[in-house]
Amino acid sequence: MITGLSLSDVTLRRGGRLLFAGLSFQIQAGEAAALTGRNGAGKTSLLRAVAGLVGLEAGRIEFGGADPGEARARGLHLAGHLDGLKPARTAREELAFWSAWFGGKSAQAEEAIERLALGPLLDLEVRRFSAGQKRRLALARLIAAPRPLWLLDEPASPLDAEWRVRFGTIMAEHLAGGGLIVAASHDPLPIPARAVEIGE
Amino acid sequence: MNAALRLFFREAALAWGRGGGALVTVGFYFGVATLLPLAIGPEPQRLAAVAPGVAWVALALAALLGLDRVFERDFEDGSLDLLVLAPLPLEIACAVKCLGHWVATGAPLALAAPVAAIALGADPKLAPLILACALAGGLAFAFTGGAGAALSLGARRGGLLTAVIVLPLFTPPVIFGGGALDAFAAGLPWQGGFALLAAYAAAAVALGPLAMAAACRNALS
Repeated sequence: MITGLSLSDVTLRRGGRLLFAGLSFQIQAGEAAALTGRNGAGKTSLLRAVAGLVGLEAGRIEFGGADPGEARARGLHLAGHLDGLKPARTAREELAFWSAWFGGKSAQAEEAIERLALGPLLDLEVRRFSAGQKRRLALARLIAAPRPLWLLDEPASPLDAEWRVRFGTIMAEHLAGGGLIVAASHDPLPIPARAVEIGE
Repeated sequence: MNAALRLFFREAALAWGRGGGALVTVGFYFGVATLLPLAIGPEPQRLAAVAPGVAWVALALAALLGLDRVFERDFEDGSLDLLVLAPLPLEIACAVKCLGHWVATGAPLALAAPVAAIALGADPKLAPLILACALAGGLAFAFTGGAGAALSLGARRGGLLTAVIVLPLFTPPVIFGGGALDAFAAGLPWQGGFALLAAYAAAAVALGPLAMAAACRNALS
C-alpha cells in the first residue's frame, strides 16, 4: 500500500532538453499535489516518470517505503491525455477488461458505472462517444480498480461543468479515504492541493 | 477470468476486426496464390512442382499484414501505458498479444494454406504437413513479427519499417518449412526441416516477448 509519495531532487530531460532540475516535494495519504507550469514545462513527463514510464536523469522517487516496482504495478493509476480506449469495443467490454487488468472486482466496476453515470452508454461502441463521455469511461477505471495513488493529467479538460464538479467530488472522496493525487492541470483543482510549480 | 486470459480474448477480437482482420488476410493470401498461374503459366505439372513452396511463401507475406497494428494502436491511444502499469509482466502481456494476433489471423491462414496448395496442384497427401508447417511457422511469424512491430513503434510509416525489419527474421522459417515440404514431396525424410521450423518457432515464442517488451518500454520512454 502506498502511504506517501516523495520526490527528491528530480531532474528530467527529454529529447536532449532539460525540462527541470532539482524538483522536490512530498505528499502523504489524504493529500494532493497540483502540478502547474507553462506548456511543455514537463508536467506530463513528471507524471510519467512517477509511473515509471520515463527515466530520471537524477533524483529519487519513493512511494512511502513501498517497493517502487510493486507500487507501480499495483498501487497507482495513470489517467493521461489519451484515454486508452478502443473505438471498436463497447464501454462494457472496455470497463470489464481494464477493471480485471488492474485487479478490480465486478462490484467495483458496477460502482464505477454508477458513479460515472455510464449505464445508458454501456452497450455503445466507444467510437460513438463524445470526448467527455470517453473521458468519463477512462476515469471510471479509477473506481473500477481502486488504487491509492492517482496520477491525473488534465483529467477534467473534456468534461462539462457538471462533470467537473462531480469528478471533483470523486477526487475529494478518494483523498478522504486515504488516497493520494498528483494532478497536472491548467485550471484550479476543485480539491485542496499543494501547488508544485514545474519548470521555474 | 484472469487478466491474461481477458487480454488474449481482447487481442483476438481486435485482430479479427482490425482492418477486416482474418478475412482480408486470407483474401490477400488467396490473391497472391492466384497470381502465380498468371505469371508462370497454367501447365499443371509446372504448377504442381512449385505449389507447396508458393503456398508457403505467400503465407509468410500474408502474415505481414496487420503486424504493425499489434502494438501501434495501443501506443497511439494510450493503452500501452496502462498495459505496463499492471501486476502482469509486460513480457507476458506481449506474448499474450501475439498469441491473440496469431489465433485471429495466423490460424485462419494455416487452414487456408493446404487449400491454396492443393488448388495450385500440390499432392493432397501434402495437406497435413502444410497445415502443420503453417501452424508452427505462423507462430514464428507472429512472434518475430511482433518484435519487429514493437521496434518500429513511433516511426513514421511504421508498417513499412516493420516489414523491412521482419523479413530477414522470416527467412529461416521459410527455408525450414519449404525444405520440409520439398523433401516430403520428393519422398525424402522431411522430419529434420520440420523439427528446425518447430525449434525456430519455440525460440521465437520464448525470446520474442523479451525483445517486444524492451522495445515497448523504449518507445514509451
